Amino acid sequence: MEKEKYLDDLSEIRKIMNRSARFISLSGLSGVSTGLIALAGALLAHQMVFRHHDYLIYGAVWADLKNPASLLLIALGTLLLSIVSAVWFTGRKSRKENQRVWDNQAKRLLINLLIPLTTGGILCLILLFKGYVGFLPGLTLIFYGLALVNGSHYTFSHIRYLGIAEIVLGLTAFLFIGQSLYLWMLGFGVIQMIYGVLIQRKG
Amino acid sequence: MKEFLKDLDKAFENRTRLGIMSALMVNDQLDFNTLKDLLGVTDGNLASHLKSLEKSEYVSFSKSFLERKPNTSYAATTKGKKAFRKHIGAIEKLLQENK
Repeated sequence: MEKEKYLDDLSEIRKIMNRSARFISLSGLSGVSTGLIALAGALLAHQMVFRHHDYLIYGAVWADLKNPASLLLIALGTLLLSIVSAVWFTGRKSRKENQRVWDNQAKRLLINLLIPLTTGGILCLILLFKGYVGFLPGLTLIFYGLALVNGSHYTFSHIRYLGIAEIVLGLTAFLFIGQSLYLWMLGFGVIQMIYGVLIQRKG
Repeated sequence: MKEFLKDLDKAFENRTRLGIMSALMVNDQLDFNTLKDLLGVTDGNLASHLKSLEKSEYVSFSKSFLERKPNTSYAATTKGKKAFRKHIGAIEKLLQENK
């Protein structure tokens, strides 16, 4: 009957919207906050781990870190704070726009980000404990960039350009290992913040 | 006749047109092939429904070149979005009254 047809219509609409929609509640402020946290983390790592040692000198990728654990701790702290702040700002934006944060789009985006990120994360952990510190800034940038490119199909498509920028910086970090921590700060801190400001302004 | 029934839009009676509008409501723009895959319809079918939505000024399109191949992107117009929202509103009211 007519009622059935309209019920079918509604479920069809819902299905199509769900399948084709992207996750657009990503908050620009989360870009800014994670950028700031990344800068703070990198400065801390610089002060505590790298400053008095020549771990990151030109051409040397291997170093006998006095305390890989403290570098790991700083990294995990930075990561955790970034996730918390990103989730918080994005959740706030979703609520403001009356959207559910944890919907199919969010799940799809997250899975597609996590595959490259987890791969890179595990690889970096292995390298850290084998002492290949010089690879880490470049590799984290590259895998983060790849994750963004991969995720760009499921959220703002221009996040792809942020991803490509991170990949280029990551490759550059391999060329200039002595400066790689600064390139890391540029990628995860400065560029991330600029991108955040740009999408925040666009609304 | 109930007041809201006039908000039911003939343009959205058809499943394919309804599908096109649903997809364009949540995407700034979509190209022809994406729409085709999404809705699972034939080229000709999709083209004719897009044309009819264009005629009612519910959908606009822009042509560009992607890797030297012509590529047409479709977007919902403000008029189209408004009509779609009204249409859904009317369906919801209709269903509520017929509970």
